[in-house]
Order: sequence, then structure tokens, then C-alpha cells
Amino acid sequence: MNTKRTELKVSAIRNGTVIDHIPAESVFQVFKILNLDASDKQVYFGTNLESKKYGKKGLIKISDTYFKPRETNKIALVAPNATLIEIKDYDVVRKGKVRLPHQIDGIVKCFNPKCVTNNQKVSTSFLVTQDHKGEMKLFCKYCEKTMAKENIEFI
Amino acid sequence: MMSTLKGHSLISITDYSKEDILKILDIAEEFEADPRQNILGNRVIASLFFEPSTRTRLSFESAVQYLGGRIIGFASADTSSVKKGESLKDTILTVSNYSDLIVMRNPLDGSARYASEVSPIPIINAGDGANQHPTQCLLDLYSIRKTQGRLENIDIAMVGDLKYGRTVHSLVQALCLFGARFHFVSPDSLKMPSSVKTVIKNAGLEYYQYTELSDVISLADILYMTRIQGERFPDPLEYEKVKNAYILENAMLEQSKDNMKVLHPLPRVNEIAEDVDDNPKAYYFQQARNGVYIRQALIAAILGLK
Repeated sequence: MNTKRTELKVSAIRNGTVIDHIPAESVFQVFKILNLDASDKQVYFGTNLESKKYGKKGLIKISDTYFKPRETNKIALVAPNATLIEIKDYDVVRKGKVRLPHQIDGIVKCFNPKCVTNNQKVSTSFLVTQDHKGEMKLFCKYCEKTMAKENIEFI
Repeated sequence: MMSTLKGHSLISITDYSKEDILKILDIAEEFEADPRQNILGNRVIASLFFEPSTRTRLSFESAVQYLGGRIIGFASADTSSVKKGESLKDTILTVSNYSDLIVMRNPLDGSARYASEVSPIPIINAGDGANQHPTQCLLDLYSIRKTQGRLENIDIAMVGDLKYGRTVHSLVQALCLFGARFHFVSPDSLKMPSSVKTVIKNAGLEYYQYTELSDVISLADILYMTRIQGERFPDPLEYEKVKNAYILENAMLEQSKDNMKVLHPLPRVNEIAEDVDDNPKAYYFQQARNGVYIRQALIAAILGLK
């Protein structure tokens, strides 16, 4: 019931994608990552919405737009528990969690200024790992430095 | 004995399995017994040093000469086309037309991995910035095995700059394959990073941390000294406090085990007093000589000659 109420706070869309369960503080980051401010489609978003699971959450709805895995991978870096819901003619046709891939290529900048990827024309490549506390980390394939989530910057 | 290492670059010590490491050490032993082996024939080794290095470059070049090979290359970026703005990729692709193997040192972290991706011939990383220096790691392992008769379960004390020192990080990673007890001596501001400690924990091994050098001398099989570099300290006053904290003097070795050896990747500044040099436990100059045998072994194995 709760979910329905929150969804009603943001207008329903006929066709397109709903991204639910975004951490409230990451909504604008997801917005930026997906370059939604440049979209010519209708985009709705809400933040600090009630969520049974997460307390507060963010949600974005984009009309007439479906995402490729390369784009959803990017979301998983800042919203690892986000749910992607594809809507066609008001019906949910696909629903699934975003999935963090084992490797992230070409979309994140290495935080090490001395890394070859920041000094030569080299596409970045990171392995997705976890530290002993279970925190997600990115391991640069080139300079072998481990980057924490707060240092992630998209290209 | 044809090697499985043939044709493959060596970029990071973690590229090698325990078996690969042991194979290189065994071949190095052969070269120590008989260093002058004319096996390279007319092969050409490119030595590309984008930043100056005395020990590593000369030791590689000496290894090639002992093996009867030829060397082309440069000893600093100033005398290369980099000065004209050439990309690393272009330099590597060009030089790979002129040689059978490339030895490269470059100040950028990760430059060696990148070079190995674009190069049609194998690359040996002779140091990529603050990242990796795998031939140093192999010569350290060789020196440990040679002086202790084994690599397994040694007590190794590492002293000095454990935060930024790439040699100690790689050596810890490699020794985790063999089992070891690690004793880390450093100022609080230069402690071993947690990522390296995680590697030790994951290997089911133990480490201990100290701030006094005297605490570890009696329990170490290997005392691995490193230089504390002033430029690492954000506050010059902090550096002044610790710069003379770890100076090994000959008298301190009295309480050490009979089998103990002192290693240092060199260059040293003042962290080992010169009166230690004549002590039979001082091993750092032999350690540097072992670097030639290790580099001979790598060149021979990668070119499929051993």
C-alpha cells in the first residue's frame, strides 16, 4: 500500500522507466549520471519519499525512455539497491534490480592523478570489489589503487 | 626446460603464481652459478627509462650483456621522443619494431600495464611510478631464500616508510603465498595501509605493529630496512621528529638471531649506519647483485630460452 501511495505522489507514466529505491541523497547523482537534464522527455522525480525498507528513498520516472545495461550499470554505482521498472501502456512489463557488474569500463575516472588513465589516452577499467566491511570499492586495473565510493567521479 | 612464462609480460608481482616465482628463482640460481651464458645471440632488448634510475637500469643492462644480447634505448625522457610530445602508445609500438623484449620504467602509475596491452612483444616492468616494481620483489625473495634456505614461515621485520613504500607492499603480497609472520615498524603516520593488511588477513597470516626498531631485532630472520622520505610528510616538523627514529647501528645487531640478515632496496641515506656494512649480517650489497641474476632469469624465461 505504501508503495502505491508514494507512486501516486509522482504522476504515473504511460511508457517509460521508473527507477525506484534510489538512496534519497543520490537522486541528483542518478539524474546527472543519466544526463536527464538534457532529456526532452517528461521526467518526474521525488526524494525523501517514505520507504518501508530504506526509511527514505528517491524515485525517478522517465517517459518514453528505456535504458541499456551500460547506463544502468552506472546507476548501480551510486544506487546499488535501485529497482528498474519498465512500463508499457501503464503496465509493468519488466522489473528488476540494477546489477553492479564485476568490471566497470570507460565510465568512471580514476581518482589517482598519477594514473596513466589521467595522463594518456587510455580508457579506464576497474574491478568491483568489497573491503572487509562489505563496502563496495573499485580497483583500478592500471594503477592498482582502490577507490572508495565517495571518490567516484563519472567521465 | 621450456617455461610457461614464455612470451608473457611481467607487470605486477601478482601476475605470477607461486610456481612461476619459484621457477624464476631456480633459473636465477643457475645464473648465479654461471652468469656468463651467451644465450641471447643477436636478440635486442629495449631499455626504456622515462625517468632516471641507476641500480635498476644498470642491473638490467648488465644482465643483457652477461647473456650476450644487445641493448637499445634511453636513460631519461629528455633524450627520447617523449620530449616532442609522443604518446606512450606510439613509443611502445615503434620500439617493438626494433626489439624482442622491452624493459620499461615510467613515472606514471599503471603505465606498464597499459604498455603491455598495446605492445606486440613482452614488457618487463622496471617500475611504474609508485605502483609496482616486480623485479625488486623477486630479487628480495631470492635473497631471502638464499640466506634463510627457505621462503616458508619466516619472521620478517619491515622498517621505515610502510605507507608509501611500494617494495614492502609487493613483498608482503608475495610472501603471503609462502606463509610468514610480519613485524611492521613505522611511525604512526607511515603505517602499513589497510589494503595490504587485508591481504595478510585473507591469507590467514599474522602481523604485528611496532613503533620501536629495538622491539623487533631479536625476533627477525630478515630485517628489511627502508628509507623515510621527507617529501611524504605534509608537516615538515613531523618529518623532523621521525627522520632519525630508525637508524640501525652495528651494536644493535648483537641481540639478533644468528641467521638474521639485513636487507634494503637501496639507495640508503642514513637509516643504516656505515658500521653495519662490515657485519656479516649486512646483506644489502649482495642483494643488489642478486638483482642481476633475477633479471637474467626473467629475460631468459620470457624469451623462452630457459
